[in-house]
Amino acid sequence: MAADTALRTAPLTSPTTPGWARWANRHRKWLFAGPAMAFVGVLIVFPLGWTVFLSLTDAEGSVRADKSFIGLDNYLEVLRDTDRFWPAVLRTVEFTGVALLFEVVLGMAVALLLWRPFRGEKWVRVAILLPLVATPVAVGMMWRLILDPNIGFANQMLGWVGIPPQPWLSGEKTALMTTAFMDIWQWTPMVILILLAGLTSLPDEPHEAALVDGATAWQRFRYVTLPLLMPTVIVAILLRGIDAIKTFDILYATKGKGGGSFHEVETLNVYAYGLSFDYNEYGIASAVLILFFLIIVGSMWVLTRRSKEA
Amino acid sequence: MRPHSLIAVALAATTACLGLSACGGSGSEGGEGSGSNVVKVTLANHVWTENIKKALPEFEKQSGLKVEITQLGEDQLSDQYNVKLNAGSADIDVMMYRPLQEGKLFAKNKYLADISDKVTANSDWNWSDFQAGPVKSTTYDDKVVGVPLITEQEVLYYRKDLLKKAGIAAPPATLDELKSAAAKIAADNPGIAGFVARTGKSAAVTQFSSFLYSFGGDFIDDSGKATVNTDAAKQAYAFYGGLIKDYGPKNVSTDMSWPEAMAIFTQGKAAFYTEADSLYANATDPAKSKVSDTVGFAPFPAGPAGSKAYNVPSWALGINSASKNQANAWKFIEWATSQDQTLANQKAGVPGARQSVWANPEGTATYPKDLADAIAVSTKTGVGHDRPLVVKVPEAREIVGQPIVDAITGKDAAASADQAQQAFQTLLDDENK
Repeated sequence: MAADTALRTAPLTSPTTPGWARWANRHRKWLFAGPAMAFVGVLIVFPLGWTVFLSLTDAEGSVRADKSFIGLDNYLEVLRDTDRFWPAVLRTVEFTGVALLFEVVLGMAVALLLWRPFRGEKWVRVAILLPLVATPVAVGMMWRLILDPNIGFANQMLGWVGIPPQPWLSGEKTALMTTAFMDIWQWTPMVILILLAGLTSLPDEPHEAALVDGATAWQRFRYVTLPLLMPTVIVAILLRGIDAIKTFDILYATKGKGGGSFHEVETLNVYAYGLSFDYNEYGIASAVLILFFLIIVGSMWVLTRRSKEA
Repeated sequence: MRPHSLIAVALAATTACLGLSACGGSGSEGGEGSGSNVVKVTLANHVWTENIKKALPEFEKQSGLKVEITQLGEDQLSDQYNVKLNAGSADIDVMMYRPLQEGKLFAKNKYLADISDKVTANSDWNWSDFQAGPVKSTTYDDKVVGVPLITEQEVLYYRKDLLKKAGIAAPPATLDELKSAAAKIAADNPGIAGFVARTGKSAAVTQFSSFLYSFGGDFIDDSGKATVNTDAAKQAYAFYGGLIKDYGPKNVSTDMSWPEAMAIFTQGKAAFYTEADSLYANATDPAKSKVSDTVGFAPFPAGPAGSKAYNVPSWALGINSASKNQANAWKFIEWATSQDQTLANQKAGVPGARQSVWANPEGTATYPKDLADAIAVSTKTGVGHDRPLVVKVPEAREIVGQPIVDAITGKDAAASADQAQQAFQTLLDDENK
């Protein structure tokens, strides 16, 4: 751009420019980036650093109480904990995996249906987006009522077709998948939205060419649409994956502290919350959070690597 | 726009931002200065809080202070304290807390100000009027750190109509009678449970404690050893869990605290319910309860060791040690725990911690007669704690509560009690190090 080049090359100061303006001009790259850097520093780098520090101490009870540096003991303790930590990791993976799989597959199917214009399209889109605007805690409470084992609507409906009542959220084995179902119900619309945006921006020509070549609908989807759409799919998986792995509100609203009496839905996030807010074990909680952070960063790194290769 | 005017605009914007945030900071500082006439009070959702809010204008008028109330549910309240007190915030002057749940932790962390001098300063207010048990629980290292507010005893809630229908003349006096009555009613009335109570691992511990004591057990013995796998404890776990498993609601959830269990009872879906008396208004208030006219109360049924309900101070008021407004904070506490306010609250259904209000016939006049009688029994034979008295109460509750949910879901509760014993002993050893 002409203006842009001018900004970089034109002499910015004249002998009459006051001193502060000269200084500001010389350091303008810092000046402009300053607020953003301060923001990142105060709200991201400092808390992260503090958490790393806490994870290396035996802080408990109060973060202001005396604490001593104990090196990597917390990490060793957490990694050896097969009672709460590893099951929580497993549940996090299960929850995220199931939710993500269904959200992407369903999202893709619905997005393809909505791709071509049809009558009443606007209304259908609004209706599909409704779950997205509800707050997760309200969603949790709503499903909790619907799925109540004794008075809930879901079991009454099953009763009409002769199926015995199911425990849903109160079942030790069914609770996690029930919460994953809620997540799918709420967040599939977001995936639809992203994929639909990707679909509408695709060029028509490859499709027409495939059509002329006699490709079937499935072949056109598999070998034309999907590869072209892949970058968008990766974005959807990344966004939704990061969100799903960190899910807290739905789990807490439906099963409470510790993810239920048998820790049925205790994912890493719920576990770390319990460690810090119920047990006041700040050192261990920080170690869990740092490990959790590494898991997220690690899986995102793998995903983006894959997307670059693709 | 010319380059340096661009920079000037950016600078102006930045300084404006800085100025604003500085203003914001000093603004909130200003309210906390010493002797501020605004007292910041954090209270739990409770009948007591509703009553005190109604009486507040009277206090504000006579003292010239302004009271700002923040009101939260129990769990949110704990989280709030965890965040604010950890940060040493002076945002809270007066705090309503649970002496048995958080008292030890807060006192150990020095969150609670020492008010030993304040409580004895005014003889009209009369510190010696407070019951000894509750006072013990708000005293830490011989220093008074809180004023007991509300006491709680476990009683048996029951449905008079269902008992009559089953031909049972009087509410069960023993746990065995309770079991057979629950079995009979559950068998005769499809869709109605014989018995309901809290089922959540942590939530159930307090209401289970009376069963434990009545079977002759406790969480910890006098020498500080864990005792949750004694024969008495194993029997108690099996009994409580068995009642809910065999005669409780179908497909019972293992996450119920009192709101869920109370809802089942007040919807008319259960015949017996063991719960804290301080929640009785939920069952007798026609606006909240479908069984308000048929609910009855009885003392906790006797087990092999007699009827031993807990009798505990459930809430207290303390002063945040980081508060810069402690003198005025005390004025609020002094008023809120005065004889008049305690009596007024007791009349509205909140059992107080002052001896005088119980001695005063007016103090129990508004209670259902059978409830007042039941409370009188529990206050005589009651046990002064309803959970393990340790620093890490939440963790301890989860440990000793595990056998309860295992018993409810039909697992091997005795083996679970052995496991709990081991984990609980480790926690105790850890704390006594």
